[in-house]
Amino acid sequence: MAKKFLSGNEAFAYGVSLARPQVISAYPITPQTIVVEKLSEFVEDGSLKAEFIHVESEHSALSCAMGASSVGARAFTATSSQGLLYMAECLTYAAGGRFPIVMMNANRSTALPWNIYGDQRDSLSQLDSGWIQAYAENAQEALDLALMSFYIAEHKRVSTPFMANLDGFVLTHTYEVVDIPTQDKADEFLPGYETENKLDLENPRNLAFSAGPEHNTVFKYKEHLGLLNSKKAIEEAEAKFSKIFGRQYSGLVEKYKTDDAEYILITVGSISGLVKEVVDGLRASGRKVGLLRLRYLRPLPNEEIADALKGAKAAAVLEKDISFGNEGTVYTNVNSALHKAKINIPNSNYIGGLGGKNISAEEIKSIFDDMEKGKSAVKFLGIGGAFDGN
Amino acid sequence: MAINAKTLDKTEYFYGHKACAGCGGSLAVRIALKVLGERSIAVLPAGCMSAVGFNFPQLCFGNNAIISTFAGTASMLTGVEAGLRAQGIKDFHAVGFAGDGGTADIGIQALSGAIDRNDNIIYICYDNEAYMNTGIQKSSLTPFGAKTTTTPAGKNIRGNLRPKKNMFEIVAAHGIPYAATASIGYINDFMRKVQKASEIEGTKFIHVLAPCPTGWGVPTDATVDIAKEVVDCGLWYLAEYEDGEFKLNHRPSVFTDAGEYLRKQSRFRHLKDEDIETIINARDKKWDFINKNFK
Repeated sequence: MAKKFLSGNEAFAYGVSLARPQVISAYPITPQTIVVEKLSEFVEDGSLKAEFIHVESEHSALSCAMGASSVGARAFTATSSQGLLYMAECLTYAAGGRFPIVMMNANRSTALPWNIYGDQRDSLSQLDSGWIQAYAENAQEALDLALMSFYIAEHKRVSTPFMANLDGFVLTHTYEVVDIPTQDKADEFLPGYETENKLDLENPRNLAFSAGPEHNTVFKYKEHLGLLNSKKAIEEAEAKFSKIFGRQYSGLVEKYKTDDAEYILITVGSISGLVKEVVDGLRASGRKVGLLRLRYLRPLPNEEIADALKGAKAAAVLEKDISFGNEGTVYTNVNSALHKAKINIPNSNYIGGLGGKNISAEEIKSIFDDMEKGKSAVKFLGIGGAFDGN
Repeated sequence: MAINAKTLDKTEYFYGHKACAGCGGSLAVRIALKVLGERSIAVLPAGCMSAVGFNFPQLCFGNNAIISTFAGTASMLTGVEAGLRAQGIKDFHAVGFAGDGGTADIGIQALSGAIDRNDNIIYICYDNEAYMNTGIQKSSLTPFGAKTTTTPAGKNIRGNLRPKKNMFEIVAAHGIPYAATASIGYINDFMRKVQKASEIEGTKFIHVLAPCPTGWGVPTDATVDIAKEVVDCGLWYLAEYEDGEFKLNHRPSVFTDAGEYLRKQSRFRHLKDEDIETIINARDKKWDFINKNFK
């Protein structure tokens, strides 16, 4: 194991390299560029033996990755924002074809207005495309997620593509000290990709076919099962990871001081670091507050959300997204989990960080203050304008 | 060994599909796969050939085959080729079969990217001169004057107003190792070109004219004849591009009557004499260019 001072993008690139992808196809877009630049350097210096394909668009990036995956090769791509939207057709295609491609998405605002900074409207708009969606908090988790993502995606009972999300700039461009596992240990963790879902010269197949009304639902049902099965695969991957590397992860969610918490803030991605600091500060003054970080949004951690919130007096969801005409998408998902578990507590939605706008510790503290008022509303941080949903 | 009807592989790789009677595209795919053989991986975008060949559980390809996104024939071919090569697998052909729309319209960007990278793939465009799968709409390879369901022939506009996009020279302008035009009416020439393409490293492109009786308005037993006639009357040509040079493979000593070729197809039946004159003038101009620039 070696320690290096790395940005989130670089850390992720090290993780991908350790996973030994056979084909990398990518198109540059800010703030994803560094991960593909770094991978091209690994290929150039010979430390990574992979075919690096300079595609002419994101649509081709994922289409090419699907071609590689369809012949049984381990494939990686990366994108962000407009690029993710440009390849959207291929997202549902890869999921339906059960091609376990791994893609890093640098979370970035979507036009219009143009903006290169981070929010999560890009990936959240693709929540229904059939991909596993994970969100890293820091560079170490990004590297570890890169390695684990292949294990989870390629798991025989999963066979589902994996989107690993890193907050643009805040995580992709921020430097931290990161432990880089050795290749030997990485190989011990992640065996080569084996599948029967491939075009095979010895046993020819027809893949990615049409299925009419009579058969279509069965394929979609199986796709759904694959994504649900990823819960077990995530557990399995993290257990094996912890055994080999000694770092532990907590599955679909991270519960930070939620056990006895009365007020719980729910969020996604790198803002969690600051929320933890605020929680610590409030705890020091005797307030029972906690953080629930959703590490995965697909599969949705229904049980974990309900379990974390069952004793709380109120909750709030802070997210870098708005589904116009409704509310934040993470909020909708969390409410669905609470409703199914018959947990009826005030739960508000705070839309913040759009287009990279900074979210301050004071604002996070004010969300906790608001929670104690016991009302549900949808609010834009810094603008106010409470919408009660009616 | 030169390939011909006698030496052609007897195995069928594209058989049992539900293409229309007299489909020219399916003949192009069937013959090309016989030339390329069982170690072919075919990539077909959404379009006629995928619609007729891949309906679960009736999957008709005898070799490996996969549907790509409409725009993604070339990019998926790239991935297939790279993925196999990365696993040390050799002796295979990654071959794409896309229609005129999948090639000259929505797929041209991915095709250009693949040629630019000189990926080791064979790309065959079966050109039936319109979006036939969706019911005969204009593509950029629909010829001037043709009536389609989006270029109706009425009092004000007489069918498609634009000439056929020059895909062969667009592809050649990339400096591709090998490009060719062909017609299923000259099947030996087409087979020879497929075989030649299979022996060349890098990107190969074959643009084969493949009539669609349904969309062209000709009898279903006239496909091959009309595919021959379009070459004989000079409205299509058989050529190759190799080592930076254009070469003409077949020079009709005299052109047969282009007006007759056009009038026997219902898609051109509305054309006035002046329209046919426009088409013949454009043909003659094209042949002036060919005579000047093709060997």
